[in-house]
Amino acid sequence: MPIVSFTPALQRFLAAPSAQVEAGTLAEALAAVFASRPALRGYLLDDQGAIRRHIAVYINGSPARDRVGLTDPVASDDHIYVLQALTGG
Amino acid sequence: MADRLHVATRKGLFELARGNGTWDVADQHFLGDPVSAVLADLDGAVYAALDLGHFGAKLWRRDPGRTWKERGVPAFPVKPEGSGDDPHPWSLGKIWVLETGGVAGTLWAGTMPGGLFRSDDGGASWSLNEPLWRMPERKQWLGVAGGEQPGINSVLVDPRDPRDIRIGVSTAGVWATTDGGGSWRIINRGMYAEYMPPERHEEPIVQDVHRLARCAARPEVVWCQHHNGVFRSEDAGASWQELKAIRPSKFGFAVAAHPRDPNTAWFAPAIKDERRIPADGKLVIARTRDGGRTFDPLTKGLPQRHAYDLVWRHALAVDASGERLAFGSTTGGLWISEDGGDSWSMPDARLPPIAAVRFADA
Repeated sequence: MPIVSFTPALQRFLAAPSAQVEAGTLAEALAAVFASRPALRGYLLDDQGAIRRHIAVYINGSPARDRVGLTDPVASDDHIYVLQALTGG
Repeated sequence: MADRLHVATRKGLFELARGNGTWDVADQHFLGDPVSAVLADLDGAVYAALDLGHFGAKLWRRDPGRTWKERGVPAFPVKPEGSGDDPHPWSLGKIWVLETGGVAGTLWAGTMPGGLFRSDDGGASWSLNEPLWRMPERKQWLGVAGGEQPGINSVLVDPRDPRDIRIGVSTAGVWATTDGGGSWRIINRGMYAEYMPPERHEEPIVQDVHRLARCAARPEVVWCQHHNGVFRSEDAGASWQELKAIRPSKFGFAVAAHPRDPNTAWFAPAIKDERRIPADGKLVIARTRDGGRTFDPLTKGLPQRHAYDLVWRHALAVDASGERLAFGSTTGGLWISEDGGDSWSMPDARLPPIAAVRFADA
């Protein structure tokens, strides 16, 4: 099962431990995490369900391609990283 | 008179307290996080809106027992199919202003991209004011600060009737409801917009209302700092008269209205547009006490040399007595007056850039 892990910067606001989830797409992987941690959703997605502008999502080493529909496929041995994009000061 | 002041900054919320005649930082919250709005509610609860760069807008509430808890945040509904011509995102940018709806726990939030939200449970849940958001004219609202997002910067709730509300929008003029938000209309006449083509100068919807402030005791008296002038209304925002006597300059963002005297208000003038700094490097608060016929530039205790402080929309406030004022600047300067602005002093703090200041009168 794919693993989703989150930037430690989230820990200042809420718990976001790594999770192993049943998922075939990025959307399913995140939905599985949000099912047990609903408060996390608003930190990562905007009101329309797209990845927030300053959040970076990688599947293994590659950035997610569909930041709006989250349709990127994920395989059982994939690792999804949800990180802070480099921005601001 | 208020003995407590909340200062929302780029790097946290600072709480100042008055003791032995001086003001000092008594506490700090959310250190390192941008705070875009703050409200002390009627029951002593404090609300802080965060504008987290990565993780979006958040809302926290401190109950009178002084424990902070994260609350709900306004959210826009799913954007319907076929609304592709809507130039504004259907997603919360930031909470720009928080106001009480007249009873503790009832709140209004003015936001970017221009949605007005209401909560009746102390911020646990929010509902978008759909009648305003669905008005076809909203698509004509103009973005501010180089972005595509308009913003509701002022929510004036009539203390006599909480269903009677005026909002100020950058950029879309002044809107009114008399039925608690069931229906809205644009009402402002008498403003002009120098930044538009001449044939559109007087259109109500293009007026860049930087900030509105209302006299609590005479709510029909409303003051406006506009992009190219200051204005006053005696009919709750319907018709406006320009106050041409404002000096040293007519540009600015902030205005505060005296809570009892409808002829007294304070502005924070700056050189407009091209530079956005105080005139001649001198930081000044402009006060009128005669309804805007004349203005006094207040300078005692304010830097009069090499001061480049700009005062944002929500960064000038007066307390319920009308005697205590505070304002904060983009360079983190904070000044407090206890004599209606005649003289000012700085607490011992070098703060981050200040978005909003607010007295806790409760």
